[in-house]
Amino acid sequence: MRKPIYLDYSATTPVDPRVAQLMCRYLTMEGDFGNPASRSHAFGWEAEKAVERARAEVAALIHADPKEIVWTSGATESDNLALKGVAHFYQTKGRHIVTVKTEHKAILDTARQLEREGFEVTYLDPEPDGLLDLGRLEAALRKDTILVSVMHVNNEIGVIQDLAAISRIVKPRGIILHSDAAQSAGKIPIDVNALGVDLLSLSAHKVYGPKGIGALYVRRKPRVRLEAQMHGGGHERGMRSGTLATHQIVGMGEAFRLAREEMDAEAARLKRLRVRLLEGLSDIEEVYVNGDLDRRIPGNLNISFNFVEGESLIMALKELAVSSGSACTSASLEPSYVLRALGRNDELAHSSIRFTMGRFTTEEDVEYTIRLLHEKIGRLRELSPLWEMYKDGVDLNSVQWAAH
Amino acid sequence: MAYGNKVLDHYENPRNVGSFDKADPSIGTGMVGAPACGDVMKLQIRVNENGVIEEARFKTYGCGSAIASSSLLTEWVKGKTLDEAGQIKNTDIAEELALPPVKIHCSVLAEDAIKAAIADYRKKTGKNESVDAA
Repeated sequence: MRKPIYLDYSATTPVDPRVAQLMCRYLTMEGDFGNPASRSHAFGWEAEKAVERARAEVAALIHADPKEIVWTSGATESDNLALKGVAHFYQTKGRHIVTVKTEHKAILDTARQLEREGFEVTYLDPEPDGLLDLGRLEAALRKDTILVSVMHVNNEIGVIQDLAAISRIVKPRGIILHSDAAQSAGKIPIDVNALGVDLLSLSAHKVYGPKGIGALYVRRKPRVRLEAQMHGGGHERGMRSGTLATHQIVGMGEAFRLAREEMDAEAARLKRLRVRLLEGLSDIEEVYVNGDLDRRIPGNLNISFNFVEGESLIMALKELAVSSGSACTSASLEPSYVLRALGRNDELAHSSIRFTMGRFTTEEDVEYTIRLLHEKIGRLRELSPLWEMYKDGVDLNSVQWAAH
Repeated sequence: MAYGNKVLDHYENPRNVGSFDKADPSIGTGMVGAPACGDVMKLQIRVNENGVIEEARFKTYGCGSAIASSSLLTEWVKGKTLDEAGQIKNTDIAEELALPPVKIHCSVLAEDAIKAAIADYRKKTGKNESVDAA
């Protein structure tokens, strides 16, 4: 078994060797290295052909038309382009935007920037299971609302929002619906028409493609307009200028093709692994699953081990590559804002570990993880004054803590 | 967080983990921090009739630096008088463990813990003279 065991597939994925192999053919003199925008020679034509093949593959995974795909540098740029592009284009129509507190920072920080520019943003609270209450969404919509942005799958807890139902509330009001699908593409089926989204952000590196490439789906019927954020040679129909990174784009296309072909079998396999992981951990006392367990992508399990602090647990699990919602693993010293938005208390947020499994995770990896956690949780709880108090029957909520 | 060897050593092999009986008159207990902040330290000292700390025990909920800071503290206070132990500074702990700036608060918590344990012992024994040179 290879160690450390990688269980952080929601952070990034390794490039699939089949993808890497194909990408190499678009870099060197012997390969198709041309600029896809060069119209005067075969180098450009070949590169353009490769880019368009990839565009068709990305479109196919989400049941879109290839003309609706705009290449970007990744999901963060796609989110920026979607939010700022819509806000700037439609600002005479209205200046109100609705999103959710558990969104990725690429949405939240962009929304903050729009607030500084004079837009008004409503940040909705999710339910304790991480899902958005439709009544709450409906109540937040106003006459001047121009955009609703709700992520398809949350990066920390893996819960799947019901975009189709959200669309049924948003679309009749003529409001544009954007969704960040960085964590759902390739993991669960996406049909932009069935989901009723107008804009969808995609990333390659979460789907076994390379980092530094992503795409934004922009609906053509009815047409959604965006104000460009990057100006230059008028690439991507003026929506995003800059020479296309052929090898990156080819990588994303191949990664999305493989995802389309292998998704069903892979999802079933990952679901079995997750069920086994949770089952293997369920005999540990005071363990809490964060977020709805059923409406969740197959490879994600986010658990709080009460009375054990997340960073110290990660140190103990140095044979595993996982992430934590603990403050101590972030530069800000704040525990996970996602878990806090669910109403989880700070202790449980500090005690959370995110396991995300993927294409190269094996049953053996999962069994090893279960054994290791039993051993390490026991050791850290022996060190924990909170565990001792809990075992002595002290109600920790009744203790006057000397907060610092 | 990339830690130095001393933090890792104390984290891997924490010294003097455990608890004394709080009710014992020779024991001083300090509990500082809060679960909501992500760290709670419990430090206990056993003090002899000469005011010398014979033994110390700790339990810590917190990150690796918090565990290492309290583990180191239990080694340092052993054999010291209460006055000497009360003069241990967080900067000494941070320096010894080479804590990164973002983890300095862990050493502050350790200093608070020994002060709280000494104060608890003094309160119990009625010896309230202040020795805190800080």
